[in-house]
Amino acid sequence: MHLWIIPLLPLAGAAINGLLGKRFPKALVNTIALGSTALAFGYALWVASQFAGLPADRIPHIERYANWLAAGPFSAEFGIYLDQLSLVMLLVVTGVGFLIHVYSLGYMAHEGGYYRYFAYLNLFMFFMLTLVLANNYLLMFVGWEGVGLASYLLIGFWFLKKSAADAGKKAFITNRVGDFGFLIALFLLIKHFGTLQYDSLWTLVSKYPVESGAAGVLTAIGLLMLVGATGKSAQIPLYVWLPDAMEGPTPVSALIHAATMVTAGVYMVARSNPIFNRTPQALMAVAIIGTLTAIFAASIGMVQTDIKKVLAYSTISQLGYMFMGCGVAAYGAGIFHLMTHAFFKALLFLSAGSIIHGIAGEQDMRKMGGLRKYLPWTFWCMTVATFTIVGFPPLAAFFSKDEILWRTWASGNHALWLIGVIAAGMTAFYMFRLWFLTFFGEYRGATSSTEAHGHDSHHDEEHGAPHECPWVMVIPLVLLAILSFVGGWVGIPAAMGGSNRFEHFLDPVFQSTALALPAEAAAAPESPSTELLFSAISVAAATIGFLIAWFLYFKRTDLPARIARSLNGLYTLVLDKYRIDELYAAVFIQPIIALSTSVFWKGIDQGLIDRGVDGGAAGAQEASDGMRRMQSGNIRSYAGWVAVGAAAVIAFMVWRGVR
Amino acid sequence: MNFIDNNILTIVIFLPLAGAILLMFFPRRDRDVRYFALGISLITLLASLHLPWHFDRGNSGFQFEQNIPWISHPNIHYHLGIDGISLWLVVLTTFLMPLCVLKSWKGIHERVKEFFILMLVLETAMIGVFMALDFFLFYFFWEATLIPMALVIGIFGHGRRIYAAVKFFLYTMIASVFMLAAILWLYAKTGSFDFVTIQNAIQGGQVANFAQASIWLFLGFFVAFAVKVPLFPVHTWLPDAHVEAPTAGSVLLAGVLLKMGTYGLLRFNVGLFPDQARRNAPWIITLAIIGIVYGALVAMVQPNIKRLVAYTSVSHLGFVVLGIFSFTQIGVDGAVYQMLNHGVSTGALFMLLGMIYDRRHTYDLAEYGGLATPMPVYATFFAFIMLSSVGLPLLNGFIGEFMVLSGAFMAKQLYGILAATGVIWSACYLLWMYQRVFYGSVTNPANAQLRDLDARERVSLWPLAIAALVMGVAPMLWLHSIDPTVGAALKQFSNANQAVALKAPHPTQHPHEVGVLCERSDARVERRFSTASPAADKTFVVSARDNRLKRQEEAVSLERRPGGLLYPVANHREPSGQVVR
Repeated sequence: MHLWIIPLLPLAGAAINGLLGKRFPKALVNTIALGSTALAFGYALWVASQFAGLPADRIPHIERYANWLAAGPFSAEFGIYLDQLSLVMLLVVTGVGFLIHVYSLGYMAHEGGYYRYFAYLNLFMFFMLTLVLANNYLLMFVGWEGVGLASYLLIGFWFLKKSAADAGKKAFITNRVGDFGFLIALFLLIKHFGTLQYDSLWTLVSKYPVESGAAGVLTAIGLLMLVGATGKSAQIPLYVWLPDAMEGPTPVSALIHAATMVTAGVYMVARSNPIFNRTPQALMAVAIIGTLTAIFAASIGMVQTDIKKVLAYSTISQLGYMFMGCGVAAYGAGIFHLMTHAFFKALLFLSAGSIIHGIAGEQDMRKMGGLRKYLPWTFWCMTVATFTIVGFPPLAAFFSKDEILWRTWASGNHALWLIGVIAAGMTAFYMFRLWFLTFFGEYRGATSSTEAHGHDSHHDEEHGAPHECPWVMVIPLVLLAILSFVGGWVGIPAAMGGSNRFEHFLDPVFQSTALALPAEAAAAPESPSTELLFSAISVAAATIGFLIAWFLYFKRTDLPARIARSLNGLYTLVLDKYRIDELYAAVFIQPIIALSTSVFWKGIDQGLIDRGVDGGAAGAQEASDGMRRMQSGNIRSYAGWVAVGAAAVIAFMVWRGVR
Repeated sequence: MNFIDNNILTIVIFLPLAGAILLMFFPRRDRDVRYFALGISLITLLASLHLPWHFDRGNSGFQFEQNIPWISHPNIHYHLGIDGISLWLVVLTTFLMPLCVLKSWKGIHERVKEFFILMLVLETAMIGVFMALDFFLFYFFWEATLIPMALVIGIFGHGRRIYAAVKFFLYTMIASVFMLAAILWLYAKTGSFDFVTIQNAIQGGQVANFAQASIWLFLGFFVAFAVKVPLFPVHTWLPDAHVEAPTAGSVLLAGVLLKMGTYGLLRFNVGLFPDQARRNAPWIITLAIIGIVYGALVAMVQPNIKRLVAYTSVSHLGFVVLGIFSFTQIGVDGAVYQMLNHGVSTGALFMLLGMIYDRRHTYDLAEYGGLATPMPVYATFFAFIMLSSVGLPLLNGFIGEFMVLSGAFMAKQLYGILAATGVIWSACYLLWMYQRVFYGSVTNPANAQLRDLDARERVSLWPLAIAALVMGVAPMLWLHSIDPTVGAALKQFSNANQAVALKAPHPTQHPHEVGVLCERSDARVERRFSTASPAADKTFVVSARDNRLKRQEEAVSLERRPGGLLYPVANHREPSGQVVR
């Protein structure tokens, strides 16, 4: 099918715009950037239609192009692996990516470095597509690192601001910590299986029994992959970069830090299901990390005042749900949520961007309010997104999130389920808090604001009252709103009269290699009515969250401040994000810098080694100086030395003779 | 054509020297001198490209050999030859040279003629080191690199140039003496300076007292090479030499001279003394890993950019040594590749630093900040090279690092894990440095009006950037010739008669297949797999591939344990250990 065209299209766009874009008129930059993405999306749709016609035994469809590197018996190739899973990812990435490119036309219209922005964005598309389409782990790692690079460049897009440059660097380095784990996992794979190609790996792995008792090599691999995934997908303990990443332009936050790149960890876990299925311990670790992250991030999200920060923590929390799903071996549910999340979270971010755009770069929700009058389209889109994410039926995330929670319960992890439901309630609270604060009440910002606090400072002259955005920005919003509304209908579970087509579509990926895990065996006998009951519980939790938010931020708007004051210590602790950044700085960063400076550099390098070397040199110099003095030209001193020498020789000979 | 093939090595070595001699008789017209030096270095590059062009990939031995008796007593031959390892180091040298000339176009304005003479002499010496197969010749070229380099640092360097030049000279000179002693011992015993002859004599057990002396010989060579690499803790000459050296000197120092150390380790320490190499590998690897981490951490906190990059060399060369002493095919391949990468990436970094030095005459980090605004092209080149140095996939650094690390991991998991922390550190120090130099707004008014790169500077950077990309995307262009040579070099490490030993059984439910890890008894895990034919009830023939892709088969007893799984019988060892080829 010539699948290589798909990633190479955006790469070509990036190369052309990056090298020559500076001299191009804006329209040409647009055409290249948008055209390459649109073509990739169109081609992906054509591929999907071809894929539908493939017989089951020709899936996965693998294309091999060339050997990338080979050393001894090891080799890795450039090749593409297309199965149901990568097809879903392909469509999500190109589809959402295309919409966000369109939106960016409007959003970035007044920015300097316009060509640079689109070059980076296309570069991101290339690496993301490489990541999802690769047919081996090494090539996946190329995409994996590459999206990190694109993210670094785009977070630091406004590099004149120190906070933006800092955030980019933090993202890259934190991800590198995760990549370290991923790399070790790859080395273990090479060491034990001699290959990183998916198809041969799955065959080899399938000969291994489930490591249910003692943890073995597969468990180690699984856990190390999880380390990698926590970096890329911002899970505990490596989530700290994602909130800071909001320094980037908002469309970037939508595309990279919400819809696509951060889900790479979920994709990686799902892709590695043959490995994870054989290691219950690693799978459990995935579930626990996911669940803890879901509630932890949600709790921080409840008190943030920056609209993008709320959404960032929300993203972390939702990614936690996806991990939870994968962790109970419900990969299909995790990927389902990944897809709906891509729709609604992109929509949330783009709507937030449209608000920020409309009120001159302000991001503080305390300075918003009453915006539904000024930005009606944005308001309605945001409303759809909000109701989706909190999980009200029949919107998309209701089906996907509910599926995860249900499968968690059904797998016997009742405590995880409970935490998940509580986190769902918290999700509802922070989302409706955001909704009420921005769109209801009176507008609290300055109408003739020329000062720009926020990150996305635009330099429009005519910024008076808040205004709706141009159509290029509204249309993607509307399309995403539609997807957020109906996107979940492909996965309506049997208990609600649907047939869960989405997960059945993915089944071949996850079941062909699956073993009968004890947890899955327990899942079977639950009845549809129980499933409905659990859906009702989730919706109830969401409703409670809604009611609290409504009471505090609509009805009694004076209350939140008083509550915050009465819970002063706890409130500031959460507001300061539990001071995890400070903890990492104190435990890791500062000691390492101090150690490097005073012990390694000044202590060992300059103090010990160099002083030794210079001392040796000085010693040699002094010794030679002494020698020089012996050659005084004075006959008597020479005679004296001869006598001393003779005495020494005689003494030596005597000593030797005695022995 | 035959004439060229027979004499190409001599031509490549002595073209620069001939140029230098001609240059001596040149009038002091700086412009002409520069063009002449550029022309000579380009011609040398073209001539050296003959080597990869006509290189026979299938042949793992020395090629384009030239062996002429030179002095009959002592028995010294003019013996040159290259294999897949030295081939690319030669090309790296000739590739970097024209770029250095271009870089020095404006940076050097006094004693221009002398400068380029020294550079050309240096090129001859460096190429000679990689081609010489006679120890006398090798030692001659080895020492010959010292003089022009020390003069380049001492005459054309910056502030404390005399201190740096003397430190560089003495450090490496003193260490080389030990190598000379080892060479003379070998000559005394074998009556030959010829590398191949000596190697055969050692392998054939014809060297008297070799068993007792081998550790001292190994150490003699090792000290000379370790200082050159430089390996922790004998690395402190490097930062000083780099900081004070003129840009072209730094580029060649980092790009080529350091590789002479790692090349020597691989060619002589490993090639002549495989047993000692294996026995001493643990502490050498320890030093290499310390170098990787320590170099990176010290680099991170340097206030001087050039010193920072110099310390990154300590870190990167640690990877090379680690790869060599992993004794795995992938690790050694990676080490050779990493030598080339480091030459390209770090060479380019030093060129970039030189360009900013030409403008501001300082390497102090605190003097810079916000350079991306006045110098966007410069910032882009810098970012690209930085990423290749960080090891971003699809750029060159990644390939080398990945191969070295996976080789180290196969040798011993802990090695791989410790060294892999390097991927985190390299991101830390380079990204942090980049941010401090380029991001933010311009705070120092002296930087506000800096002009961006001119055409000549861009021309000198483009080849390096392209090389970094091509080496990352299509490493097979290089590995095709490196891999067979490395495979042959490693051959002596695995005694062909050793049987395949089984370890860490991973049983399967398949009746005719036994999943086992095959590990050679010399502790290197190799490619697994295994089919078993139920010849007898309990005896299976297990076949495995060793690192040379040779099939080895061995009869193995297996027993069926509860659960229907097959396990190798504990501590099995068929008495004869028969190997079926």
